[in-house]
Order: sequence, then C-alpha cells, then structure tokens
Amino acid sequence: MLYLIEQCLNGVQLGMLLFLLAAGLTLIFGIMDLVNLAHGSLYMLGAYFAATFADLTGSFVLGALLALIATAAAGMALEVIAIRPLYGRSHLDHVLGTFGLILFFNELVRLIWGPAGMTLSLPSEMLRAVQIIPGVYYPIYRLVIILVTLAVAALLYIVVMRTRLGMLIRAGASNREMVGALGINIKLLYTLVFGLGAALAGFAGLMQAPILTVQIGMGENILILAFVVIVIGGIGSIRGAFVASLIVGLIDTLGRAFLPDLLRAVLSTDAALTLAPALSSMSIYMLMAAVLVIRPEGLFPAASR
Amino acid sequence: MNAMKRPWISATAALALAAGLGAGPAHAQQKTIKIGFISTFSGPAAAIGNDMRNSFELGLDHVGRKLGGLPVEVIYEDDQIKPDVGVQKTEKLIQSDHVDFIVGYIWSNVLVASLKPLVDSKTVTVVTNAGASELAGPMCSPYVFSTSWQNDQTPAAIGTYMNQKGVKSVFLMGPNYIAGKDMLHGVQTTFKGQVVGQELTRWPDQLDFSAELSKAREAKPDAIFAFYPGGAGIQFINQYTQSGLKGQIPLYTAFTIDDLSLPRLKDLAVGVPGAQNWVNDLPNATNKKFVADYHAKYHSSPSFYGADTYDAVALLDSAVTAVHGDLTNKEGMRKAMEKADIQSVRGKFTFGNNHIPIQNFYLQDAVKNPDGTYALHTVSLIVANDQDKFHGQCPMK
Repeated sequence: MLYLIEQCLNGVQLGMLLFLLAAGLTLIFGIMDLVNLAHGSLYMLGAYFAATFADLTGSFVLGALLALIATAAAGMALEVIAIRPLYGRSHLDHVLGTFGLILFFNELVRLIWGPAGMTLSLPSEMLRAVQIIPGVYYPIYRLVIILVTLAVAALLYIVVMRTRLGMLIRAGASNREMVGALGINIKLLYTLVFGLGAALAGFAGLMQAPILTVQIGMGENILILAFVVIVIGGIGSIRGAFVASLIVGLIDTLGRAFLPDLLRAVLSTDAALTLAPALSSMSIYMLMAAVLVIRPEGLFPAASR
Repeated sequence: MNAMKRPWISATAALALAAGLGAGPAHAQQKTIKIGFISTFSGPAAAIGNDMRNSFELGLDHVGRKLGGLPVEVIYEDDQIKPDVGVQKTEKLIQSDHVDFIVGYIWSNVLVASLKPLVDSKTVTVVTNAGASELAGPMCSPYVFSTSWQNDQTPAAIGTYMNQKGVKSVFLMGPNYIAGKDMLHGVQTTFKGQVVGQELTRWPDQLDFSAELSKAREAKPDAIFAFYPGGAGIQFINQYTQSGLKGQIPLYTAFTIDDLSLPRLKDLAVGVPGAQNWVNDLPNATNKKFVADYHAKYHSSPSFYGADTYDAVALLDSAVTAVHGDLTNKEGMRKAMEKADIQSVRGKFTFGNNHIPIQNFYLQDAVKNPDGTYALHTVSLIVANDQDKFHGQCPMK
C-alpha cells in the first residue's frame, strides 16, 4: 500500500511536468490555431538559460527567475520574427515551419553552449528524500515540482478565467475577427500569448533540468507526450490538459511499476522484462486511440471550457 | 518524432549521395585509403561521437595521417542511434563510397543491424565500442575486429568486485536493448549473491526512472547495479542521488560514469565504483601520450569511447603495413590484425578466436582534484586477461 502511494506520487509528478509543457502548447493552439513543434525547443532554451544563469548568479532560484524572463522574451521575439508569417496558413505549413525551427534551435544551442550539455545543480538540501507519511520516503525536489506546478496551474486558471487579459484570450479563441473589430490589438495579444506559452515551456524545462538532463534535443521526446496529453485532454483546453497530464503520468508510471510483475506471473522472466517497457509505453498511445474513437474532440472539448 | 524527421533524413541522404557521386572518380591515379566511420554525431549522444572522432583524428595525426605509408581520407557518418539509419549509412559507405575500412559503432543494436552488409562485403571492420554478444559468438566474422569488449565482460568484472565487497543481494537496472540485456546478464555470470529484482527501461527515450528506483528501494537490496550509457547515465545518477538512495543502497556501475559525463555529474559521481578496460591514468607510455595530446588539442579528457577508437588507428596501420599497401590482400590484413601487434593505450592485449580483445578490467573511481576538477582514476585490477564467455560459439578457430 505504501509502495502504491509512492508510485502514485511518481505518476503525479510526471503528470505535473507534462502539464507545464502541454498547457503552453494547448494555449497556443487553442487561441492562435498554431501547431507549434518548436515548443520543445523553448523547453530546451528554458533549461539552458537556467543552467547558465544559475552558474552566473550561484543561486538556483535566481537563475530560474532570470531564465523564465529570458525564455518569455525569446518566445516573443520568435513570434514576431518567425511565427507571424505562418498565421492563416495550413497546419502542414505550421508543422514544416516549426520543424525547421527545431533544427535551427538545436544548431543554435550547439553553437552557443557546445554539444556536451549542461548541468543545473540543486542546492544540497534538495538532494535527499523526506518521510511524508510513515514508511514513505519521497525526494524533496519532486515534491517541490508537484507543489509549484499546482500553484502555476491555479495562477493560470485565475489569469485566464478572472482577468481582463484572460477575457481577451478567451474572446480571441472564439472569434478573433470580432475581437479585432472591437479595437483590440490582436497582434500584440498573440505575441503575449506566445510569450506566456514560451514561459510555461521554459519553466517545464528548467524544473525538469535537475532530474533529467540539459542537452540538445531534450524537448523532442517529451513533446510527443505533451501532444498525446493535449489530444486526450481536448485541443485548446487547459483544464483538459491538466486532467490528461495526470492520467498520462499515472498510466506511464504505474505501467512501469506493476506491469513487469504482472507479466512475470504468466511469462518467463526474460520475456516479461523485455515486454513490459514496450507495453507500458504503448499503453498511453492505446489510451489516446481509445479517446479518439470514443470522444474525437478529447475529454474536455475546447468549446465547453 | 520519427515521421517528422523523415524529410530531414531524405534531405541528408540526397546531399550525401550528391557528395558521394562528386567525390567518386577523383582519386583514380594516387591510391588513398578510404575509411568509413560510423558513430552518433547528432542529438544528445553526439558528445560520444565527437569524442570518438577526436580520438580517431588524433590517432591519425600520430601516424602522420598515413596508414602503411598511404594517405587517408575519412568519411564520417551519423547513425542517429537508430539501427535502420546505421544500416543505411553502412551500405552507403560500402556501395557508393567504396571504403576500404569501416570503423566505429557505439550502439550494439546499430552494430548487429549493420553486421550483414559488413560481413557480406568482406569489409575489414574495427568496432570500437559496441560489444553485442552476437558479434562475439555466432555472428563473428573473419574481417570484423573489436578494440572494445563483449558487453558481458565489464559488468562481470563489477559482479566479481561486488563479491569482494561482500554484497549479498543486488537490484539490476539497464535499458531495454541488446546491450542492456547483455549487461544484466553479465553481472549474473560472476555475482554469487541473490538478484532480488531487475528492470529494463525503455530505450533511448525513457526520461524518468522514479518508478524503477521506488521498486529498488522496496526490494531492499545490498546494492544496485546500473548500466546507463551517455546522457542517460547523468539522468540516472541525478535521480538516484535525489531519491535519497545514495546513503542507503550503494550503486555499482558499468559504462554509466565516464569522462564525458563526469564534468556534469561532479560530486554526484564521487564514490560510485565502475569497471572499465581502460582508465585515463593507466601508466603506459602510449596512454600518457594519448591523454596528454588529447588535452592539448581538445582541452578536455578523452573517454573510453575515444581510447578504444584511438587503438583502431594503430590496428589498421599494422594491417596496411603488413600487406605493403595492397588492400586487396584481405587475408594478409586479417592475419596481421589478429597478432594485435600494436602499442595499445590499455597496455598489451591479444585477440581471442572471435577477434574480441582478451584484456584486463580495472576498478575505477571518481575523485575530486585539489584544483576543483574531477577525474576518473584506477583503483585496482579486478580481473586480468579476461576472455568473453561467447568465444566458444564462434566458428572461427
């Protein structure tokens, strides 16, 4: 039972990381109707900025804050320079254009930071586990990720649902011509939204940096999961992204935790060992396929936000 | 991402094809030795490929960029850690570049996929890292040599060391591909205690090992053994440390901490033992020159990936010298290479019947230098003149 709690926490924590990435992605898609494959590159930039600034300032928190600002700025600059010409064109053009950006950013990072990757070190007090309930130890840093992400999710909800900016964002999502006709600077709004999405991606990148790695192409694998999340959750829906992130995180983790033992009951150890990782990674995509069949719009279609 | 990368691959292939066609007929008059070099030069593992390329280039510098007196041209190809791409690149090197030798291969699955074209074309090949058991056993070939090892050997050495340390139970972890399975198997060939659990994780894209680390904690072993090459090693050690396991369950590794990851792991790697066939402080003259010149040229430490690749130059040089530059005399080259008559950076080694080195394995440890840098150093010899367990399955005598 205690073991199950620990594995569930692992799943929630992975889900939280996915949410940070998927929220930005779904925001940009829902409001700007833009398929942004380069979202993973912003995630990578966030991690590289954080590692660099943390080195310079000697402080993890300060480095993270500076990195957030830098990634948002980079995102807005990217929107103005490279993304604007893509609006109003077909999704295939978005995919091609932003795929080109992935290659561009990978090479850019290689030129600036070199091919070896970087390290974002945690303060030493973060390098241990705490006992959260008797018998269950959990790494402090992973708890921090869960809590901080919940705070970000709440903040995002408040911004989108309770502020004037959020109102414009929601209005822009449902009818951009009308918003434009009412005298709102839709160009500026798009730039802001893209910057917000970039900041979220950068935040995900820097939060995961101490757990995973800071290296070229780090955003590409996790971006696939983020796409799965927004397809399951309903494209454009932040609430859907949140629920789907949790589901995907839990399925992925619990699959890895329990499938090998379940399979071992019916198969030889060798076969179970080989099959389990493949099956558990497939399970997410099977879920996605099932959702697409039963509810093609996703669990929380954007219209019902 | 596979589907998305395809346009890029075909564009690269088209460019490569164009380059190959252009370069083809130019060198008719003066014989140039063409070497195809396959490694990973893109993505996170590019650091490994760069180290191998750097070491190969340094090796060529040390022989005046000539093998047996003939000038050398090297064509570097990127396998992107994908077996299908590795085969394509191997076939391209053989069929359109008409290379005389092929060198490289980091990943066992890429190597196994590429073996057929190598063996069918009788291309003299030096594998400088991948050590699939298939290569050492049933798929061994007269013209394929390895300057590295068979995958089981290094973890087997760690298994021996765990016995010496009195470890009674172990939890095994590695990635789910050929090498990962070999490694987990290798530990169990020598480890006398109990294996209380083992996990193969998705390769190469698993990001998070929290589920497996929780399992390891739950299994309460005396020790954890892990094999995570390249960037995955950094990820694994990070998560192992953060999970608080470092103080509770000691970690033993194979190919997880190397000179490429150490500058990023820093303190986290200190005190984590590993086994290796080469360590950068081995006290022989060839190694001292290699390490010193590598530092001078590239301002970093070479890794075992580079060291074994550096040896490939000497091995090829001995082959071309023995046949006086007659590259059609493959039998002559094979016989010369089988003698392993070279000054290796690991000291003297010989080849088994399957062309896998019979060599020493050392215990290595990470230490912090007084100047704040980190280095791997040799602690002791674990096993001397070790031969892999698969040579009996190789039909060559």
